[in-house]
Amino acid sequence: MEPTTLIASLTLFALAIFLGFELITKVPPTLHTPLMSGANAISGISIVGAIIGANVLYEAGQTQISGVIAFLALILATVNVVGGFAVTNRMLQMIAGKKKGRGD
Amino acid sequence: MDPQWYQIGYLISATFFIFGLKMLGHPRTAPRGNQMGAIGMLLAVVTVILEIELIESPILIVSGILIGAVIGSWLAIRVEMTGMPELVALFNGFGGAASALVALAEIYSAIESDTIPNGLELHVAWIAIGLSALVGWMTLTGSLVAFAKLKGGFNILGKWRRFPTWGPSWLNPIKAVVVGTAFYLIYLSVMTPDDLEVIWALILLSCILGVILVLPIGGADMPVVVSLLNSLSGIAAAFTGFIISNPVLIIAGSLVGASGLILTFIMCKAMNRKLIDVLFKSFGGSEKESVTRTKVGSDPDEVAMILDGAQRVVIVPGYGMAVSQCQHQVKEFADLLFEKFGTEVKYAIHPVAGRMPGHMNVLLAEASVPYDQLIEMDEINPELPEADAAVIIGANDTCNPVARSGEGPLAGMPIIDADLARSVVIIKRSLSVGYAGVDNDLFYMDKTMMLFGDGKKMMTELNTAIKEY
Repeated sequence: MEPTTLIASLTLFALAIFLGFELITKVPPTLHTPLMSGANAISGISIVGAIIGANVLYEAGQTQISGVIAFLALILATVNVVGGFAVTNRMLQMIAGKKKGRGD
Repeated sequence: MDPQWYQIGYLISATFFIFGLKMLGHPRTAPRGNQMGAIGMLLAVVTVILEIELIESPILIVSGILIGAVIGSWLAIRVEMTGMPELVALFNGFGGAASALVALAEIYSAIESDTIPNGLELHVAWIAIGLSALVGWMTLTGSLVAFAKLKGGFNILGKWRRFPTWGPSWLNPIKAVVVGTAFYLIYLSVMTPDDLEVIWALILLSCILGVILVLPIGGADMPVVVSLLNSLSGIAAAFTGFIISNPVLIIAGSLVGASGLILTFIMCKAMNRKLIDVLFKSFGGSEKESVTRTKVGSDPDEVAMILDGAQRVVIVPGYGMAVSQCQHQVKEFADLLFEKFGTEVKYAIHPVAGRMPGHMNVLLAEASVPYDQLIEMDEINPELPEADAAVIIGANDTCNPVARSGEGPLAGMPIIDADLARSVVIIKRSLSVGYAGVDNDLFYMDKTMMLFGDGKKMMTELNTAIKEY
């Protein structure tokens, strides 16, 4: 890693942290659980790293331990992502349902 | 294609996450916010698949995604409303483990192909790997303990065993020692980058840390812990982003880490607790008061009599309503009161009622209770002295007057002032203490009527009694 890449990554990290602090300041309690669940699904972004890792599986013509580990990571990350968004959607559907009832 | 295009793809994906999180915070836009997040994730996956050109092992990657998607959606569809908090904790653990496993795979990959970097690259990669392992494995075991605690216990050999809460104060210095040792191991791994034993020792230590961090935390504090673990899993993903130099992991991970921390503080505030106290002072579960007083139970007909002519009734739902799944009966009860007696019914929602903030709102929404009847604690409390009756369904700690006294585990927690209503009806299985392990004076007041029994059964009986009244 070049020093410039590191600095760029650190900048990204710091700015994203500040953005995250600012993003949710006033959230009604109704949405605390869906928000936590939705954010949790987003933290499954390591699925990207898992795909890259699992891709080396046959690179050397043999099954590599790293590939197997990444494959396991891929399954867990996908459970986190798909399940997380699906369960959040289920919670929000109910809240949206009652909104329509009020004519909102 | 030029590699720059993939970076643009990640950037757009990160933008979707930012808008998604922002929109999740507002009731009207929340469903779209969730969809934005899902689109961002899909875009990130498509981008990475294009980037690596998927030549090496397309079948494995596709099958991995399929297996995960089937398990994830099966769990999400099958889960009952009461089980959602546990499921969020479980998914969260998986996310943390995935980040940590990617980091581990990176180490194995470097050692197998003999491409251990040196200089700055080594320091950055191995520190990030170490931190990702520490946070990720800790998130996994911590989330699993939280999952078990939210579930309450397990059925072992046909016998229900409660999951223990244990945490003597001498455990705190041990936590500090474990964290210190973990950082020393990260330092060691940078010095000897090809030594897998150091990494495995770090993994073991991180797993232990997650367990001893969550094990002492009991009762009402569990939502706060799950929120904190959610924040940690984001941080783990961000560290993993440093390892593979991927911007979308860094942005998405940091966003979740920071916003999860804010949410944690919001929850602490709602309970009038400090995060430090939550984490390091054992609370509830360990030393429950034993109940010595008794109270004679009432029957539904008596309650129907009290409710006749009531102009204002406030329903206070709690975890008991979630357990017995009686939200539909509760809605029917409210409708009956309106039809028969013209009663104005409102629902008092305590910020931490149930096991997660918003738990009650989701349940009542499922039973299509109008949104404007759900009133938050601060708004409903001034109305309670005017209420003819407060009907408490499976709630305990959230309306325990002892919280006002400033003593005991509940001291200072804001409560619903149900005890100020003219009469109080409590539907509960027994007089036993709530999650915080404190006896409740409200049960023994003269104006209180206890309906002992399962929420669904008692609500159905109460509805029948009102219909026949």
